[in-house]
Amino acid sequence: MAEHALELRHISKYFGSVAANKDISFSLNRGEILALLGENGSGKTTLMNMISGIYYPDEGQIFVNGEEVKISSPQDAFRHKIGMVHQHFKLVDIFTAAQNVVLGPYTGGGRYGVHRINAQVAQIAQKYGFEIDPKKKIYDMSVSEKQTVEIVKVLYRGADILILDEPTAVLTPQETEKLFAVMRAMKEDGKSIIIITHKLNEVMSISDRVAVLRKGEYIGCVNTADTNEQALTEMMVGQKVELNIERPVTQIDRPLLEIRDLCVKNDMGSPAIENLSFFIRGGEILGVAGIAGCGQRELCEAIAGLRKVEGGGIYHEGESIVGLSPKAIYDKGISMSFIPEDRLGMGLAPSMSVTENMMLRNYQERRFGIKPIHASETDKPFAARCKRLLNRMGAFVDRHDPFVDRKRARAEAERVIEELDVVTPSTETPVRRLSGGNVQKVLLGRELLTEPNVLITAYPVRGLDINSSYLIYNILNRQKEKGTGVLFIGEDLDVMLALCDKIMVLCHGRMMGVVHAEKTTKEQLGLMMAGALDLAEEKGKTMGVAKDSRIDEREDETWSA
Amino acid sequence: MEVFLSSAIQFGAIFLFGCVGEILTEKAGHLNLGIPGIMCMGAAGGCLGVRLTTMGESPNGVLVVLCGILFAMIFAGALGAVYAFLTVSLRTNQNVTGLVCTIFGAGFTSFFLNDVVCIADVTVASKLSFASLNFFKAQIPGIEALGWFGTIFLGHGPLIYLAIIIAVIVAVVLKRTKVGLNLRAIGENPATADAVGINVTGYKYTAVIIGAAIAGIGGLCYSLGYTSGNDSTVEVTIQIIGWLSIALVIFTMWRPAVAIGGSFVFGALYILYSYIGVASEFKSLLRLIPFGVTILVLIVTSIIGHRETQPPASLGLSYFREER
Repeated sequence: MAEHALELRHISKYFGSVAANKDISFSLNRGEILALLGENGSGKTTLMNMISGIYYPDEGQIFVNGEEVKISSPQDAFRHKIGMVHQHFKLVDIFTAAQNVVLGPYTGGGRYGVHRINAQVAQIAQKYGFEIDPKKKIYDMSVSEKQTVEIVKVLYRGADILILDEPTAVLTPQETEKLFAVMRAMKEDGKSIIIITHKLNEVMSISDRVAVLRKGEYIGCVNTADTNEQALTEMMVGQKVELNIERPVTQIDRPLLEIRDLCVKNDMGSPAIENLSFFIRGGEILGVAGIAGCGQRELCEAIAGLRKVEGGGIYHEGESIVGLSPKAIYDKGISMSFIPEDRLGMGLAPSMSVTENMMLRNYQERRFGIKPIHASETDKPFAARCKRLLNRMGAFVDRHDPFVDRKRARAEAERVIEELDVVTPSTETPVRRLSGGNVQKVLLGRELLTEPNVLITAYPVRGLDINSSYLIYNILNRQKEKGTGVLFIGEDLDVMLALCDKIMVLCHGRMMGVVHAEKTTKEQLGLMMAGALDLAEEKGKTMGVAKDSRIDEREDETWSA
Repeated sequence: MEVFLSSAIQFGAIFLFGCVGEILTEKAGHLNLGIPGIMCMGAAGGCLGVRLTTMGESPNGVLVVLCGILFAMIFAGALGAVYAFLTVSLRTNQNVTGLVCTIFGAGFTSFFLNDVVCIADVTVASKLSFASLNFFKAQIPGIEALGWFGTIFLGHGPLIYLAIIIAVIVAVVLKRTKVGLNLRAIGENPATADAVGINVTGYKYTAVIIGAAIAGIGGLCYSLGYTSGNDSTVEVTIQIIGWLSIALVIFTMWRPAVAIGGSFVFGALYILYSYIGVASEFKSLLRLIPFGVTILVLIVTSIIGHRETQPPASLGLSYFREER
């Protein structure tokens, strides 16, 4: 028996003229967890797709258990006991967990007994410590449950080599811990695992060895025990990165956006946000911390005018914006960029080009440029009336210019590409061809172009590599210095502690308190996120209401009545 | 009343063939709008098969029917294969390809039936007519004794029972077997099916071609099982039936078992105009009822919005593995 469960030799893959993988060679030992580390677009997923048969390598050899194999389809991969859990889940929504697990050609033909399958699935789950209900439909499941189904599916098919593509990107810390426990159980059972991740602390805690890719090239492989986060980061980005995020001190302003007693329902009709009050001043970054699904999305949508407000008020510079159309709210300078869990969902049209996506926001703004006729004092009344009429008609036509301004949009696209360092062949490339991180940059870049005075940004660095993340933190800081109020909905507490001025913690739609970032600790935030510490009720004063509020009391009565 | 119900079942069977064929195709994620043309092809092929077997002096009834069905399936399956090649392998737009198939099928059938099979030959026409009356409408002996029950449920030719049997088989395959599970997975999410190692292309070809072949029997069922086999504008009526079959797929919410009942409702609605005495202006209006009912079902299912009454998620989309 050879020592290596899997060995890659000189693997290369080209997409057009771009090399996604260049001459990659490394090996996976039996019964170990190997972390595959790399920035966005460094070719990790492409490489793994070649092992699992989605792509076919242009050059190089793959050895499984010491024997050279050709993997030209997912069937081949399964024949060699390789199973992959993809980042975007490959599940059939209307099937049950068990039906998804049993799907495929190599699990015995003919009639499938539902009870037998359910029992088998439950048995696998028990063996490795999963929690799964075989009869539950996928569309009723949470992200973590779906991931469990994916892993069970791979195990059911007898895989010995498991590849997990960014499994923790969508999980809460607790769910991640559970996943790691399962992975350790699988390792005990002799399975070999490759895990793709960005998060260095996870690499350190779960893996035995780390392989690093950079821009499609293999940099090296180290034992986790012999390395540290700093060294890995250097391997990954090729240069030393400044780990400190700066927090410029700015002149803070009066509240720009005030939220009072806001109530919002989620898609299911149950309350997502309950009696939430907070405010954002110009020139500050307010962080929103909370476990995923605690009303962050609903809050964003309510402010942007995309979701019905059930109660309470939202005030922009003292004016209520509840009930205004999303366009009207956007025109007031409140801009939102939301990066959903699957990264592609919101804000961009995947099959349209970068330029066209730039146009989506401001296509209505182009004017013919009709100048009003100048009216002079000496005009006769009839002539003056004619001129007024003509001017009004001219303005109407001007507003209704049917053409779009491609030239301007292309210039904007080029600006975003240059400033945010977007990797794309051209401005006319469909957004769906870009990698996840680049899609995010395009989305955020478009929102920043309009120079908003309130910027709501949810998960702007989700799935981004370190360099891109820093770029985005810098952009947010620059906005803050300009006097913009930034609402930063984030995931990584370390980042929020370093970047934000204040942090608001949400727990199941309720505010647990607003704390100054420099005066709080990670532990305190963690307790608040878990709902164990409630600062909102402390000291007998209501938190989240500014002393120098711009909402006058008269208005106050009208909305509370 | 008995005659009306009996005719409804007979006519419904034609819808049932088209509907079950289309369900099978759509479960693989292919919206085949070529079903009307494919059913016409079935009529053309079926008539050719029957003509070949009725050339002799005393044709064998069983052979005539079997040969008719076989030729109907081959002709329809051939057009289905063309559609499959275009949409699966070449990934053309399914709607456009389907409409092309419909136009081609109707035109081909008009030419083939009138100028090749019959050639305005009275003997051939009468032989076809004879075969259709004697073999395609052969009843189980002694059903008259069963009264209204026999007339409504047992007094039909073999094709009507074949329709129901095929519908039941397809229902069982889709719902109970692994093959059905894999096929449904392809229609819902081909990338998923591909990733677990299901042969997506193979399944798609098989489903589209078998679906077309089943629909083709429907064409035969109309031209010989329902009329007397010498209708020179047969392709016009079959096209209407074909479109209604596609509507029926929506009406039955992609369930072959429901299609059995649904097709008889459609059959009844379709022939209603000739059984109730209204002015002829209104007769065309009455024939619109099935379409109206389908729109109603679409509205109701979309309001309820239940995930399992919706069309297969990737219906009408081409699948290409390396596309992101």
